Amino acid sequence: MELLSSLGDGFAVAITFQNLGLALLGCFLGTIMGALPGLGPSNGVAILIPLAFTLGLGATPSLILLTSVYYGAMYGGRISSILLGIPGDEPAMMTVLDGHPMAKKGMAGEALSLSGVASFIGAFIATWGLILLAPQLVKIALLFGPAEYFALFALAFMTLGGVSSTNQAKSAFAAALGLGLATIGVDTQTGVPRFTFGEVHLYDGLDFLVAIVGLFALSEVFIFLENRHGGAEGDSGKLKIGRLTPPISMLKSCMPTMLRTSVLGFIAGVLPGAGASLGSFISYSMEKRLVDKENTFGTGDPRGVAAPEAGNNAAAGGALVPMLALGVPGSGTTAVLLAVLLSLNITPGPLLFTQNPDVVWGLIAALFIANFMLLAMNIPMVGLFTRVLMIPSRILMPIVAMVSFVGIYGISGSSFDLLVMVGFGVLGWLLRKFDVPLVPIILGTLLGNAMENNLRRAVTIDNGNWLTLIDSPLSIALWAIAIIGFVLPLIVGARVKKKMHARRDSEGSLSD
Amino acid sequence: MKFTATRGLLAAALLSLGAVAAQAQDTPECIAPANPGGGWDFTCRQVGKSLQDLGLIDATMQVVNLAGGGGGVAYAEVVNKRASDDNLIVAASSATATRLAQGAYPGNTMDQVRWVGSVGADYGVIAVAADSKIDTLPQLLDQIKANPGSVSVAGGSAVGGWDHLKVLIAANAYGIEDVRKVKYIAFDGGGEAVTQLLAGSVQAFTGDISEAKGFVESGDIKVIAILAPERLEGEFASFPTAREQGVDAIGANWRGFYAPGKMSDAAYDKWAKDIGTLYASDEWKAVMEANGLAPLDLQGADFQKFVAGSVSQIQSISREIGIIK
Repeated sequence: MELLSSLGDGFAVAITFQNLGLALLGCFLGTIMGALPGLGPSNGVAILIPLAFTLGLGATPSLILLTSVYYGAMYGGRISSILLGIPGDEPAMMTVLDGHPMAKKGMAGEALSLSGVASFIGAFIATWGLILLAPQLVKIALLFGPAEYFALFALAFMTLGGVSSTNQAKSAFAAALGLGLATIGVDTQTGVPRFTFGEVHLYDGLDFLVAIVGLFALSEVFIFLENRHGGAEGDSGKLKIGRLTPPISMLKSCMPTMLRTSVLGFIAGVLPGAGASLGSFISYSMEKRLVDKENTFGTGDPRGVAAPEAGNNAAAGGALVPMLALGVPGSGTTAVLLAVLLSLNITPGPLLFTQNPDVVWGLIAALFIANFMLLAMNIPMVGLFTRVLMIPSRILMPIVAMVSFVGIYGISGSSFDLLVMVGFGVLGWLLRKFDVPLVPIILGTLLGNAMENNLRRAVTIDNGNWLTLIDSPLSIALWAIAIIGFVLPLIVGARVKKKMHARRDSEGSLSD
Repeated sequence: MKFTATRGLLAAALLSLGAVAAQAQDTPECIAPANPGGGWDFTCRQVGKSLQDLGLIDATMQVVNLAGGGGGVAYAEVVNKRASDDNLIVAASSATATRLAQGAYPGNTMDQVRWVGSVGADYGVIAVAADSKIDTLPQLLDQIKANPGSVSVAGGSAVGGWDHLKVLIAANAYGIEDVRKVKYIAFDGGGEAVTQLLAGSVQAFTGDISEAKGFVESGDIKVIAILAPERLEGEFASFPTAREQGVDAIGANWRGFYAPGKMSDAAYDKWAKDIGTLYASDEWKAVMEANGLAPLDLQGADFQKFVAGSVSQIQSISREIGIIK
């Protein structure tokens, strides 16, 4: 009951004319920023900090504005993933896999509205999780030492086979390429620069955003340039958009998926070393393992859209737990929010909930408000978003190229990053020719560093004893899941294939 | 019409982006040489906000995040392209001095820029978990001396970085001959390092007061030494200094600014004076108190001298432990 009255106080703080206006503004700007390739939630929030300061906003209104942007960007990232096959930010990467095929099948409207609902459910559950469990959840984060983090990342990589339904060897190659790219930069465990060739821009390693925009957006532009004479111009205009709301049956069939992945994503978000990208990734690959009996994931299965979207929005809420309760940011965006809190003279940490209850509960109420606003804003806007598909490629592609360049330069202010982006664009174009999936490359770069660092931390802490990796019940459990996740599909997959062959044979004989 | 609305949306977004990216000529600008969210970013934003509140600058301080190379990208940019910009300051800290001392900004040295002033210092702390058997710094160092493998020290900087050097300075002062034996585990930031201390993965933590503050208040960790010349005031007065425990080690992570090397004397003096006024204001006192920043009041030539001293001190430690030759 105390909880409800605190929450009530929070709503009393949050529901003022000004705060609701700020939430609306934040949701709108966040959605756009999320949808633009290159601009993700962390940059979106960072860009609006000066606005919050200039308006002279207090602690709670600033937080309401900025977290609305944060949630908005998490919603918005899916839009370009689905419509263009270009992820708007890292966590939306997995949505490309099934969302874009759905759009190609003429179901863009369904994919967008379904993912909107999935985002809502993920964020809604995560916000409740934040209210009910924040103090207890911190204990989960404390169960994870370097060895456990390494097992978690290994789990992510071992279930990688789930990501691309095509050639497994090619996804393994792509992941290895990503892991290789992750080694560029100063090695924190020894302080030695690796593969930097004395170039100071490479000391911090490659920026994922630059890699994503290059690999997905620019390579798309290159492919278009190459096909320009082939009459590719007309094809986009004929695309069907589909219904603007998901059929009840689709929602029903996706509901278990959304609930499961919301919980999974939330837990991934709570771990400071994991974050939203891992949340959406694990959600997708686990869900594929669980429900993909007909091997439809990757070809436009609605559940493949719902899973990562519920997962990454839940993770976004989960990432607020360690930020508020420990003062440890679990993602780039929460690092920015933490900085804002600090500059408002609020120190997040174990005592925040008792020392600044008005801020915490106001923020939580704002999350609920933003979430409902985003749902209300996103479903009617689906019709508007899908118009993007009507734009002929010859107009759309130059816009994509421009947004990519302006976006990356606007964030880093470095022309070197533009060159890296072009490099990735060429790489992406080549790899598309060879039909190598691009998602595992980003996962490799994104997770490779953390994986390597945690492995080396674990082994160093135990003075070079590798058995430390399987020293706790938690890490043993994670390894067990990883191994089952890796081996089981090999066995089951072979059997399913055999069955499918058998069925085809029998069908074939029937028609004879 | 909806068609154009979409384009309008895109255009609006692009315009707002462009507005942020554009750098108007006479607005004051602060480069934070890291991504948003870190200490340098905080220094820029907090100082920018306070300068504006005090009326020392007319417009909002434009904070530009120029990440890369641990500050090296921003340093090279200022030295090579913005050398005579009068409206620019760049956030710096001990980490900047450390990297300059170790030659980690290829081809750059500390005399290529003008050092403006400091806004405070974050003294180093060495802490253990609240339930640890260790209560004093000599106990910890004795254990490291007897069995270096049994103590993992976690910190937020890379190997050779400032958090690492602080614990080495203490070990060195205590008479540990080969400080390279001290087992240091690098994490991504002080927050993660403290979390691992709470999780029991590591035995000790080296970082700044501001990183440890929240956990001390909640009773999760105990600070066994603060690397300050004497005890701090206020809520931190209970932390024993390393010096009073017989370990003559001082490590302050100062925060401050540098400016382009060819900035005019008038502009340089104005910045130094403004930072001085800011430092003396009550508002800044409150910010310092809330963030655990200790006094370090140096501007202009004094600050220049301080940074030079700090660079040569780090150089000699780094040489001793074999990080540079």
